[in-house]
Amino acid sequence: MSVFDWVVQLMGIALAVAAAPLFLGWVNQCRAWLQNKSAPSILLPYRGIRKLFHKDAVIAENASRLFRLAPYVVFGAMVTAAAVIPSIATRLPITQAADAIALVGLLATARVFLSLAAMDVGTAFGTLGARREMMIGFLAEPALLVVIFVVSLTCATTALPMIAERLSAQAFVLNPSLAFTAVAFTMVLLAENARIPVDNPATHLELTMIHEALLLEYSARHLALMEWASALKLFNYACIGFAVFVPWGIATSHAPWSLLGAAAMLGMKLLVFGAGLALVETLSAKLRVFRAPEFLATAFLFAVLGLLVRLLLGAGT
Amino acid sequence: MRCLVIHFNSPLTLSLALLSGWGMIGLSGLARPMSIAFVGRTLFPLGALIGAALAAVSIAGLGQPAEQLVLPIGLPNLPCHLRLDGLSGVFLILLGAASAGISIFAAGYFRRGEGTAPGLLCLQYHLFLASMGFVLLADDAYAFMLAWETMALSSYFLVTTQHRIPEIRQAGFLYLLMAHLGAIAILLSFGVLQGGSWHFTFDAMRAAHLTPGWATAAFCLALVGFGAKAGLVPLHVWLPEAHPAAPSPVSALMSGVMLKTALYGMIRVSFDLLGQPIWWWGLLPLSLGLFSALYGVVFAAAQTDMKRLLAYSSIENVGILFTGLGLAIVFAGVDMRAAAALTLIAVIYHAVNHALMKSLLFLGTGAVLHATGERNLGHLGGLIHRMPWVAWLTLIGVLAIAGLPPLNGFVSEWLLLQSFLFSYKVPHPFINMLLPLGAALLALAAALAGYVMVKFFGVIFLGQPRDPTLQRAHDAGFAQRLGLAWLALGCVLLGFLPTTVISMFSTVTEQLKLGGLPTSEAPWWLLVPIPERQSSYAPLVFFAVIVLVVVLAIVNVRFFYHQRIRKGAAWDCGFGGLNSRMQDTAEGFGQPIRHLFQPLFAIVRELPSPFDRTPKYRLEIGDRIWRTLYQPLGPLVRQLADKVAWLQQGRIATYLLYSFATLVVLLALML
Repeated sequence: MSVFDWVVQLMGIALAVAAAPLFLGWVNQCRAWLQNKSAPSILLPYRGIRKLFHKDAVIAENASRLFRLAPYVVFGAMVTAAAVIPSIATRLPITQAADAIALVGLLATARVFLSLAAMDVGTAFGTLGARREMMIGFLAEPALLVVIFVVSLTCATTALPMIAERLSAQAFVLNPSLAFTAVAFTMVLLAENARIPVDNPATHLELTMIHEALLLEYSARHLALMEWASALKLFNYACIGFAVFVPWGIATSHAPWSLLGAAAMLGMKLLVFGAGLALVETLSAKLRVFRAPEFLATAFLFAVLGLLVRLLLGAGT
Repeated sequence: MRCLVIHFNSPLTLSLALLSGWGMIGLSGLARPMSIAFVGRTLFPLGALIGAALAAVSIAGLGQPAEQLVLPIGLPNLPCHLRLDGLSGVFLILLGAASAGISIFAAGYFRRGEGTAPGLLCLQYHLFLASMGFVLLADDAYAFMLAWETMALSSYFLVTTQHRIPEIRQAGFLYLLMAHLGAIAILLSFGVLQGGSWHFTFDAMRAAHLTPGWATAAFCLALVGFGAKAGLVPLHVWLPEAHPAAPSPVSALMSGVMLKTALYGMIRVSFDLLGQPIWWWGLLPLSLGLFSALYGVVFAAAQTDMKRLLAYSSIENVGILFTGLGLAIVFAGVDMRAAAALTLIAVIYHAVNHALMKSLLFLGTGAVLHATGERNLGHLGGLIHRMPWVAWLTLIGVLAIAGLPPLNGFVSEWLLLQSFLFSYKVPHPFINMLLPLGAALLALAAALAGYVMVKFFGVIFLGQPRDPTLQRAHDAGFAQRLGLAWLALGCVLLGFLPTTVISMFSTVTEQLKLGGLPTSEAPWWLLVPIPERQSSYAPLVFFAVIVLVVVLAIVNVRFFYHQRIRKGAAWDCGFGGLNSRMQDTAEGFGQPIRHLFQPLFAIVRELPSPFDRTPKYRLEIGDRIWRTLYQPLGPLVRQLADKVAWLQQGRIATYLLYSFATLVVLLALML
């Protein structure tokens, strides 16, 4: 691994961390347009984060150290995930530290810390949120893993960069198992990132909250980190989806031009995906909390169907 | 017959000496049976030292070829055969490492009170440890059964330490009953395995050629016998009763170590004594294991007693172990040796992991139990402020058992999932499509384990205390902290150094003729189990990056902004009047799982009507398997007993007649 590889790696991480709020701003903007509202600035998430960093943190008297540590751990986990996911280039130094299964584990670590922190102060909403978040998590995680199994059976590896390389080397063919898993993955993405129909990111109604309920006791810099981490989570999920389902454009060499091209390609994909996400959110209604398991069970079954189709058609080499 | 030659520095002799050391410690407990100080401050720490030494000796001796020893004790013509190979060695490491932490914790745990005298307890405890060691070393059926039964009996007495409480006596009886049903099955299995040679040494069993039918019978009997000890569903019923009944160090030993001896026995029988397993045998432990994993974790989510919750979580982990074992048998049966080796290594890895993390959690509950006198999750909460040591060390165990990277629980689950991804290559149509679905169920169980562990830790240690008496809770003493820290350190090391651990374990698969893992050119910190797949995992890098990002984030926040913090009352959306009863109870936290998996539970619910003066809410969650499979057995046995009762005439002459008739029949058969 040369120094240049590390530079590319660091740039990739920096890009993800910097661009994640922008992507969130884009999704919000699209959503507002689709709902016939005048859209907020695309930079609004940045302003929110900056404002929060400047404020004094107010922490409940009975909060433990875990409560103050959790935002950093969650943020750290998401940045590490961004380092592992091949968003612009493959074959980077840190990417081999974790394959796709370890990546799912990393996301689970963030979720567990988030839920534990929500239980720490001991409010009704916090524990309620923790319970619901874990409920979503335990259904979404296996669905995501099965998606990864299907892809890894196709590519004979569970390393995400290798998957992206091998899939982008293939000619574009309609792959039925990948079609099933793409549906499953989209459903998991919606659920895990607290989007409609599972959760409403813009809600102010405590009883229907999932993700927001976890953050109710946070303020100032801790809240800023949590919000940034959740923007980064959405960005990461999008990049996982790109690496697995539309890997074209990811740079396999580290020549500056191909890297620039890959970055442009990533921007394009994010624009399209963000608009699509806003469309899905506008067209669907939020489910009752107890319908969420059905939604995720459907995702799990779709993924399993994909697995069966993959095996019926003969797994990879 | 081989004569007795003892090499003093051979691992086998050293292990034997250390096991006898445990026996001696146990006996010296009887010297001053009522003295807590002598037993607690001297004998238990000594036992912990022996545990650590045993682990060290076994690690040092792991690469060596199998070593045998014949002790001239036992039955006429059947001396005691002992053997130490890689498989025994790995499980001895598990026994030594886990028991070292548990014993040092126990040194500060046992108090004056009702129940068994401390000296007697010390004897039972160390006898239990030594007998588990002998189970691992035994090389003939007689020695094995002797050690196995000693293990069962000593642990029975340990479970019933508080024997004045009727529920505990009942739990102990159920445990004893199941242990003996299992032992009978194992005995019969050995009877089949000797294959007509009537030699009961394991060497003779390895040499015996069984027809496929008899081999299958032996395998199934072993599965029943060892499955009953391991707590495989539907033979699990004793586990959630016995574990909460026992004192916490004993629960830790039983769950952490004793269940693994059953796994050891299963591996020994299927891969060593039976030689080449038939592939479809593996489907039995595989399907039972998957079912146990899901069943255990779903029930764990619904529990309100913290030790019962952990007991059900043990059932889940046993399920994972047997799933892996089944997969390894399938692979070995179709001659996919490399895949079988990888799977078996994953299973052994998970066994060691589970021994450390489950002991850690059980000891954590022990410390909580001592500090608060409360086992019910509904009366706990907020203990992270009162017991920071216990809380943070337990958190390591919680994260490990939830299968989160970079700790150890994740490594073994990762390896197991990786080996499941080979299963589509099994050359049997239909089966090769069903097997990968096992990975999906395994992933579901692992994700549910995360749910259970958030509930466990969150309800006990986080939030507000649910009971005013918790304000008086105190942190664990020095010995207890040391024990917890030892086990937590084990969890961290096993998580961070997977490559080293796996290369140690691959001697086991080499000696079982499965071959080791393919060599890879990866550096020591990078785990690449299957080079051609390029799937890699580097926990240290992983951890370093997370820590680096966390530190950078903290430093940046401090540098660019400020670190002002104000303390205030919890915001709680401005509702005010927050009290501890508004938090989720254990029942509340488990409610989504109860709702989703309703068919598995037998639920009795009493809801108050709006007009009740003293509203009462009661929810009882029963085990459907207990109600449908076990409860009808009681009346059945009674009916049978009534039918046979006419035999008992109450006159000695009649009984003598029975003996006479039996002798005549036996003579007629034999001559």
